[in-house]
Amino acid sequence: MAKGMFEDFEILETIRMFQEEHLDVRTITMGISLMDCAAGSADETCRRIYDKICSRAERLVAVGEDISREYGIPIINKRVSVTPISQVAASSRTTDYAVFARALERAADNVGVNFIGGFSALVHKGYTDSDRRLIASIPEALATTEKVCSSVNVATTRTGINMDAVREMGEVIVETARLTADRDALGCAKLVVFANAPEDNPFMAGAFTGSGEPECVINVGVSGPGVVMKALERCPEADFGELADTIKRSAFKITRVGQLVAREASRRLGATFGILDLSLAPTPAVGDSVARILEAMGLERAGAWGTTAALAMLNDAVKKGGTMASSYVGGLSGAFIPVSEDSGMVEAVELGALSLEKLEAMTCVCSVGIDMVAIPGNVPATTISAIIADEMAIGVFNNKTTAVRLIPVPGKDVGDHVEFGGLLGAAPIMAVNPFSAAAFIQRGGRIPAPIHSMRN
Amino acid sequence: MDEKNSHSAFITVIGHDRVGIIAAVSTLLAEAGVNINDISQTILQENFTMIMSVDLSKATLDIKALADRLEAKGRELGLSILIQHADIFHAMHRI
Repeated sequence: MAKGMFEDFEILETIRMFQEEHLDVRTITMGISLMDCAAGSADETCRRIYDKICSRAERLVAVGEDISREYGIPIINKRVSVTPISQVAASSRTTDYAVFARALERAADNVGVNFIGGFSALVHKGYTDSDRRLIASIPEALATTEKVCSSVNVATTRTGINMDAVREMGEVIVETARLTADRDALGCAKLVVFANAPEDNPFMAGAFTGSGEPECVINVGVSGPGVVMKALERCPEADFGELADTIKRSAFKITRVGQLVAREASRRLGATFGILDLSLAPTPAVGDSVARILEAMGLERAGAWGTTAALAMLNDAVKKGGTMASSYVGGLSGAFIPVSEDSGMVEAVELGALSLEKLEAMTCVCSVGIDMVAIPGNVPATTISAIIADEMAIGVFNNKTTAVRLIPVPGKDVGDHVEFGGLLGAAPIMAVNPFSAAAFIQRGGRIPAPIHSMRN
Repeated sequence: MDEKNSHSAFITVIGHDRVGIIAAVSTLLAEAGVNINDISQTILQENFTMIMSVDLSKATLDIKALADRLEAKGRELGLSILIQHADIFHAMHRI
C-alpha cells in the first residue's frame, strides 16, 4: 500500500539498513578555525583555544543526538577538527607545544567529543620554526592526552616529498611508541603521516581544518560497508557491470542520508555545510567490514590475487553513486582499509592471506593507505621512514591522498597480538621486510614533484 | 526541505502479532494529538509489521518525546516501535 509517497518496502529497507546492516553516520565533525587564537604567550593562546572550541562546539553533541533521534539514524561520533596547531602556536614564544595538545584535550572533554584533530603541521615543502617545534612535541602530546589526534603532511603532488620530514616522522613514530609502550603504543594510533592531505576530512585521526576553510564548518562522514555487502550478497551471479550498478545504488542511498544529516546539523549549529565524505569506513563489529565485501565479490580472502582489482571497482562505484547524491563530496571519500579496525582484514592477516606489500598495492586504488597496522617494536625508524616514503610516492605520483598510521609495538613481534579497544580494534603484528633502507633515508632533501604536477 | 512534509513521520511497529497493538498505539497517538493518515499491516518473515503514516502538525509533543513514549509502549508490548521523520525516506528513496 502506498503511504502518500512511499511504499512499505522502501520504509522497511531504510530500517533494515540502519538496524541490521550497520548503516550509520560515522561522524559529524565540526571544523573550527583557530586563526584568531594566536597570542604572544602560550598561556593566552591556550586560553583562547579552549574558549573558542567550547563556545563553538557547545551544542555539537546535543544537536547530533537530536538529529539521530528524530530521523532514527545512528550517529556514532561527534568530533572537532581545528586549524593546524603549528600555525596557531607560531607566535606563542614557547618550545613545548604539548601544552596546546592539553588545551585541546580539556576543550574536547568540556564539549563531550571523543576525538579532536589538528595537532598538525603541513611541511610538504619545508618547515617553519613552529612546524619543527610541533613535530618535536608530538610524542609527548600524544602520551599525555587521550583524545588529541595528530597529523603531518609531508608530501603533495605539487611539491614532491619532503624526505627530511619523512626521516623525522619515522623517529617520531618510534618515540611515540616508546612513550606509550605501557598501552601497546596506543599513541601511534592517533598519528597520521599524509601525502596530499585533504583540508576538510572529517575522519580521525587525520582530521584538521585547513586554512582555506571557513570560520566554522560541518563535515560529515558516512559509512556503510554492511549495506554494500548485503546488496552484493543478493546478486551472487551478477557480472561486473551489474555489480558496479548495485554498489552505486547503495552508495547513493548512504550518501543521501549523510547529506540530510549534514544539512540539518549545519543549519542547527549555525555553521557552514562543508562536505560529505562518502568513505566506506569499517569498524571491528561483525558485518561492518570492507574485507567481507571483497569476499562477497568472490575472493576467498582479502589479500588474494584479484584484491586490488576488486577494491578498485568498489572504490570507483562508491564514488560514482555518491557524487550523484551530493554536490559537495570531499574529504577522503573512498574505501578505508585499516587492518585493526576491520575484523575481515585481521582474519586475512592471521591466515597469511594479506601481507604489508599487498596492502601497499591496495592503497594505489583506494583512499588512505597503510592504516592501523601493528608491526614489531624492533623495526628501525629508518625502515618506518622508508614505508612512509613508498606510501607518499604512491600518493604524490598518482594524484591522490595516501597516509601511514603504523604502530611499532615495543616488546612485541610477529605472532603476537595487540588490543587497542573500541573503534580502534585489535591487530596481529605484521611482518616487515628486514632489509635496510637506512642509507636511502639518510640522504634527506626533497624528492622533486612529478612531471604531471605541471598542469598550468 | 519540502515544506508540506515537515510535519509528517512514519511509525513502524515490528514484532509478534497480538491482540490490541493498533488500539494501544493509536490511543497513545490520539492522546498526543497525532493524526494517523494511513495504516498498513503485513507479516514479513513471521514478524508482524505495521507502518503508520502520521501528521504531527497538531501534536502536543515533539518527535523526540513521542519517540520515548512509543519506545516505552513497545517495551510494554514486547515490540519494536520506531518513529522517524519523513525526510529520511525522501532523502533515500526519491531523487
